[in-house]
Parts: sequence; C-alpha cells; structure tokens
Amino acid sequence: MVRLNGVAIQGYGGYVPRYRIRAEEIGRLWGREKQELPIEEKAVAGLDEDSVTMAVEAARIAVKRAGIDPKKIGAIHVGSESKPYAVKPTGTIVAEAIGAGQNILAADLEFACKAGTEAIQLITGLVESGRIEYGLAIGADTAQGRPGDALEYTAASGAAALLIGRLTDDAVASIEAWNSYVTDTPDFWRRESENYPSHAARFTGQPAYFRHILGSINELLNDEGYSIKDIDYFVFHQPNVKFPLAVAKALKLEREKVSSGLISGFLGNPYSATSLLGLVRVLDEAKPGDAILLASFGSGAGSDAYILRVLDGIEEKRDRAPKLKDFIERKIYIDYASYAKFRGKLRLR
Amino acid sequence: MRVPRYWRNKLFRYRLVGWRCINCGAFHHFKPLVCKRCGSRGFREVELPKTGKLLAYTVVKIAPADFKDKAPYLIGLVELDDGTRILAQLTDFSQDELKDGARVEAVLRKIREDGESGIIEYGYKFRPLVG
Ligand SMILES: [Zn+2]
Repeated sequence: MVRLNGVAIQGYGGYVPRYRIRAEEIGRLWGREKQELPIEEKAVAGLDEDSVTMAVEAARIAVKRAGIDPKKIGAIHVGSESKPYAVKPTGTIVAEAIGAGQNILAADLEFACKAGTEAIQLITGLVESGRIEYGLAIGADTAQGRPGDALEYTAASGAAALLIGRLTDDAVASIEAWNSYVTDTPDFWRRESENYPSHAARFTGQPAYFRHILGSINELLNDEGYSIKDIDYFVFHQPNVKFPLAVAKALKLEREKVSSGLISGFLGNPYSATSLLGLVRVLDEAKPGDAILLASFGSGAGSDAYILRVLDGIEEKRDRAPKLKDFIERKIYIDYASYAKFRGKLRLR
Repeated sequence: MRVPRYWRNKLFRYRLVGWRCINCGAFHHFKPLVCKRCGSRGFREVELPKTGKLLAYTVVKIAPADFKDKAPYLIGLVELDDGTRILAQLTDFSQDELKDGARVEAVLRKIREDGESGIIEYGYKFRPLVG
C-alpha cells in the first residue's frame, strides 16, 4: 500500500488487431455447444504481427496523445509472456520505432497477465524519484492456448501503453495509490521451450484469481481510506466474462461501474494487455474528477491494484489519437484455418 | 550479410526517416556521400509523413523464397502526404477497402524472419487509416 505523489498518466494508447474468431468456430472443431463457451469472440493478431509490433502501435498512440518529444522518455518497460525473442528486449525495438533516445532503460517484464501493471510500478517509481522525466509502461501479448484446451477460446492478442510523467495541469489522470499482493500459487505456468502453457484447471479460480485480486483491492481500499462508493469505474483482469463479474458481485458493485472496463466478451483475454485495455476503454469515456480502480491478476500468482483520478487534460488529449472503439469496430472474421495459419499452428517446414 | 544491412536501414524501416539533399531535394534512404541526383554533399535528416493515399496495388501470389509462407500478399504504390512515393507491402486490407485513392497509414510489422533462429526483420507496411 503506497501513496504516490505527483505522478500522472500523460498519454495512453490501446491497440487490438483486426481479426476475430468466434468462440463458436473454435467450438465447432472440438464439439462444444454454444452455451459452454466462455466468451463470444476474441481478437487474433495477423500473420505479420507479434507482441513487438502491437507494443509499438500502442506506444505510438500514447506518445501522440501526450504530445511530448519521445526523446524525453527515459524508460520503456514491456510486460509480456509472448516475447518473439527469448533474449533481446522488446523495449529496444519499441524505443527505436517511436523515436526515443539512446539513454533509456529498456527491460522486459514477465508475470503472466500482470506484467503490464508491474511496469507501471517501476515507471512511477522512476518518475517520482526524479530519475526520468517520462516512461512507458506497456502490456502486449499474442496469447496462445493449446489447440483443444479450454484456454484456446479466450487466449487473445492486444497491447496497451501508458505514458507516465510528473503530475501537471494537462495530465490525463493522476496515479494516487497502489497495492500489490503476491504469493507462490502454481495455477498456470509455462516451462522454458514449451510453446503452450499448462494450468491446474479448477485451481485457477478461488485460490488464484479471486484470492489475489480481492486481496489487493481490499487492502488498498481499507489502508488508504477509500470507500467503494468513492470509485466511479472498476477495471479487473478478465480471463473470461464470469470471473470479473463475480468480483463485482463480491464487492457489491453496481453493474454500470464495471461494464465500461469489460472487454473479454468481445476481445478475449490478451493476457498482460487485458486489464490495461479495460482501463483504456474507461479513459476513452471518463470525465474529469472520476476515480478509477484498476486491478490486474497474474498467474503464479499476484495482483496489482491502482487508484487513478481523471484530470482535465483528458478532454483534449483523448481526441488526439484513435480510440479503442475504432480498433474494436474494424473487425474482420476469420475461420479456424486462417486462425491456425496466422498464429503459427500450421508449420510449412 | 543480412543483419548489418537490416540494422543500417532501421531508421527508414521503422520510422521512414531518411536524408534529403539540401540542393535538389532528392530523398535518400540512408545518408550517402554525394547526392545520387545532383552530386552535392549537403543533407538534412527528414521524417516522412506516415499517412498518404494508395495509388495502385497488386496481389503477389507467387512469392520469392523469403516470403513463401506469407503469400498471397499485397504490394502498393503509396503517395505520402508530402508527395513522396513509396512502394510497400499493404496489410490488414479487406476486399472492399482495396481501391486506388484509399487513405493509408504506415505501421510497423514483421517483414520476414531469417528461419527459426535468425533475426526477425521489422519494417513499415501500409494499412487503411484508422480513426
Ligand atoms: Zn541533390
């Protein structure tokens, strides 16, 4: 539980690839009925996309919204579990592609679906201590589920970036408080050199997702003196549609406080980008003065919770770049064969 | 040979940054010793605009070896907003968007991979303008 001082989001960007596959189309292959499926459809990266190209898309939008010289960026931390290089940081490519300078930190982070919100912690610390002027926190994933596995219906692609700097009058939102809750819980993992992750099925709910996400939220609210009724929007990590709604029920939230941040039903779960894309969707519509609670979850397991306060700068900065809606609406449906080709499930050599 | 060439051209591949001759205005992808058009030696670094319009396109069905697993794909001639013309791959087009004059923007995409263990080459492609 940490109170932050004078740190704010200066720009933000969300990116979702153009292709969608309906859960029904995946279910058709494996003999699943519509009512058994966890979501409607999910976003699929194109043949020429990976977590690097999507991180660049989101970062370019965040920089454009902030309206700053990218040479002033001092750190780029990318959270991902689908890095195209096992060794060579994604941040090096993102930095050159957005025109950042050479005197930067460019480390990648890994913590399943919460690697992107971990990046926020590092960047806010560097900004608050005065070591950097601006930093980029990015979550980007082309999540993969083993064909036929339950994860295949939801594992999706997307990226989101937050450009963080000192608190100013024209900032998008101040970052007021943060809490992290981490334990050694083996609910989901991927061993080195394995293409697809493994999971402990029923173990992923209560002892993993719910315990950690509610743990981080409740401690943050209680210890920092916030009450649920002070918060206007709640954004949770969402491996499916059911889990975040169960959290909302446990916290006794009104549906309208959670619906804007829900994306998994029509985009799926792009892992470390998921909760950040929910935040982007909320920022696309929030008003100055609104309070947002963001809580991620990463298997392994842990949750980061943040409280953000929307500021006046949002009104002007929001319209400087495409909104998440623009990317959500330009969808093209693909069948399982194209999906298999796009995501490297077909091998030509 | 491939890694040095890729690395040397990355400013242009990633951000359309190149060098314009101060004397005649000719554009060069990386800084030459002398201008290929007028022979003068003065250049300034320029970043080309990322948006423009599609002048013409073609579908590549029989691809060179490096792009075999990408076929079919689209190649387009794009006129950027400052008038510079550039030949590039197109991406994320639906059939009905594919017409001359379509507004496009440059995005970073994977261009090719040097096998399973070599480098991944990233560079610009053009897609229909978003937003
Ligand atoms: Zn010249």
